[in-house]
Amino acid sequence: MRFALPPLSALSPTGLLFAATGAIGLWLPLVQFKPNRIVAGQGVDLIAALPGPAGWAVALGMAAILALGLAAGRGLGLRLGLAVLGLGLSLFALGLAARGLMPEGNRMARVSPAAGFWLQFLAFALMATDALARLRPGIRTRAAILAGAVAAGTGVLASGWLDRTSVMIEYAARAEMFSRSLWQHLLLAFGSLGLAFIVGLPLGIAIFMARPLRKPVLTLLNMLQTIPSLALFGIMIPIFGWVAAHVPGAADLGVAGIGPFPALMALFLYALLPVVSNTWVGLSSVSPAVRDAALGIGMTPAQVLRQVELPLALPVVLAAVRIVLVQNIGLAVIAGLIGGGGFGSFVFQGLNQTAMDLILLGALPTIFLALVAGIGLDLVIETLSRQKHRSTP
Amino acid sequence: MIRLDHLSKLYSGRAVVEDVSLTVETGQIAALVGTSGSGKTTLLRMINRLVEPTKGRVWIGDTDAAKIEPHLLRRRIGYAIQGHGLFPHRTVGENIAIVPRLLGWREAEISARIDELMQLFDLDPAVYRDRLPHALSGGQQQRVGVARALAARPELLLMDEPFGALDPVIRAKAQDDLRAIQRQLGTTLVIVTHDMEEAIQLGDRIAVMDKGRLLQFAPPSEILTAPATPFVEALVGAAERPFRLLSLSTVDALREPGEAPGTPINPDTSLREALALCLWEGRAALPVSGGGIVTLAALQARAEGASR
Repeated sequence: MRFALPPLSALSPTGLLFAATGAIGLWLPLVQFKPNRIVAGQGVDLIAALPGPAGWAVALGMAAILALGLAAGRGLGLRLGLAVLGLGLSLFALGLAARGLMPEGNRMARVSPAAGFWLQFLAFALMATDALARLRPGIRTRAAILAGAVAAGTGVLASGWLDRTSVMIEYAARAEMFSRSLWQHLLLAFGSLGLAFIVGLPLGIAIFMARPLRKPVLTLLNMLQTIPSLALFGIMIPIFGWVAAHVPGAADLGVAGIGPFPALMALFLYALLPVVSNTWVGLSSVSPAVRDAALGIGMTPAQVLRQVELPLALPVVLAAVRIVLVQNIGLAVIAGLIGGGGFGSFVFQGLNQTAMDLILLGALPTIFLALVAGIGLDLVIETLSRQKHRSTP
Repeated sequence: MIRLDHLSKLYSGRAVVEDVSLTVETGQIAALVGTSGSGKTTLLRMINRLVEPTKGRVWIGDTDAAKIEPHLLRRRIGYAIQGHGLFPHRTVGENIAIVPRLLGWREAEISARIDELMQLFDLDPAVYRDRLPHALSGGQQQRVGVARALAARPELLLMDEPFGALDPVIRAKAQDDLRAIQRQLGTTLVIVTHDMEEAIQLGDRIAVMDKGRLLQFAPPSEILTAPATPFVEALVGAAERPFRLLSLSTVDALREPGEAPGTPINPDTSLREALALCLWEGRAALPVSGGGIVTLAALQARAEGASR
């Protein structure tokens, strides 16, 4: 077969990046084989990891997809399809490798995804994202794609194809704790968000209405924000430990030095600044003419706030929801350190045991949650701002 | 009728408005003119208590404005401002409906009122009622702003530079329309402007303000021919005076018997336009439709009134 190199202008720059990433991925070991879960393993590359000619077939298939992605002129739908195929191939290869490499009856050995798998997966994921972004799908389509991606991810995990990979073995041993951690994690992230809104929204309104309050409040919240997260979680321990011990009834309400309560409080404090400052910014950005007219035609100040200022500030306030939720889903991992539960428990257990797979069991779902929350909220914000312009001709 | 009785406003001891008294009769237009910082806007905002007077009283009819809750007072008074202040998240119809809703009108009544006002302001309800303000042109937005101010049939309408954001062509049209609608509804109108031309065109009486004081409150012709102070004279503009004086009357006022060649002009044409036409076409007289002529000499004589 003869290859003619296409002229440089026919190459897609992003395609080049994805191809390079994927090529390195093909070259690096696909998985690591470890005699047990804590020792350093030995890399096995794609060709060797899969039984018989399957390795070659998968490698060629991936190479073909990456090569096709190089050409600039291809249809975006085709690119997206190829990328999804690539993602499927890399998951297929991972599952097949784990099945093939795990010795029968050996419960100590582990097959973990290695750099090769991660880079392949990243290359195809980027390719899919890039194609999607260029396709500019509508809000509904994007919502459907998000739902589809979540369903596909869940489906792959539920199918059992990856059950013999290391992370899934760790999961199988802790399935019950995993679902408990999921709920704890969600409770920490959403609970702190809810608390931040209950306190932050009125506070934002207050500093908007009472100018002298603004500087001290924002300065204090800014200072809170600069405390490193580990330190803030740490500070909570003695403070609430003391409160639980000395304030009657506090302990009965769940106040304690360690556990979910101080974690919730720390996340709540971090969430406060975005909520308060965005509320204030949103309210301040309402045009003075609109405010003047609203008062001048006979609305009471409370009516102006409720019917005019808050609705107009809503997009900026929603932006705060997005920031806080994504930030807190990530930060909630640290709750694991002070017994707050959530996916952080796996991460810190894994760190203690130097069990990388256990760390991943905590980290991967956290990343997944943050991504889904971020994209989902973007869709909500966009829907709301579309509605605002619904009658644009 | 609205009466301002020795009204003053002090900010940390400094008077922004000082001892202003004036009366606007029902159905009349009062134009408050002055440079920026003259206190004209503060004076206007004291009428609906967006600014609370330090001293003095505002009487609206027989009611002391200070005796009514501010928001209830404002619902009785129309208010339109520069840049219209329409609610960007509400449709045109919803914007117009705000005050009637606050007053608890029935929905059918509100809906009929929206259509009525939109037609009055030359906006087709079928097209514009459900649009958001940003989808309208500047002139249309301004009209919706005035329609909103008039929605609850106020006896009194306050306007602060309502045409300030419009370009000259749309502005002239908006002024004509406002004048016509005001005459039709019989609304008393107080309008703030920095533009003497606008004040002369709209005002039945003009209040000239400077440094918080009312310098003169008189009909336009008097402001032009007998300015009370050098400041008023400067504001009127010596170079513009004859033309402004002419702009106050129509051709009908100077019509005399006679014949002249050319296309007859409408008797509603202002004297200023008639003069311009005479000068431009180099003619001594213009025919007026319906009979008679207007002569350049008569126009000149009328314009000289100002400089004597």
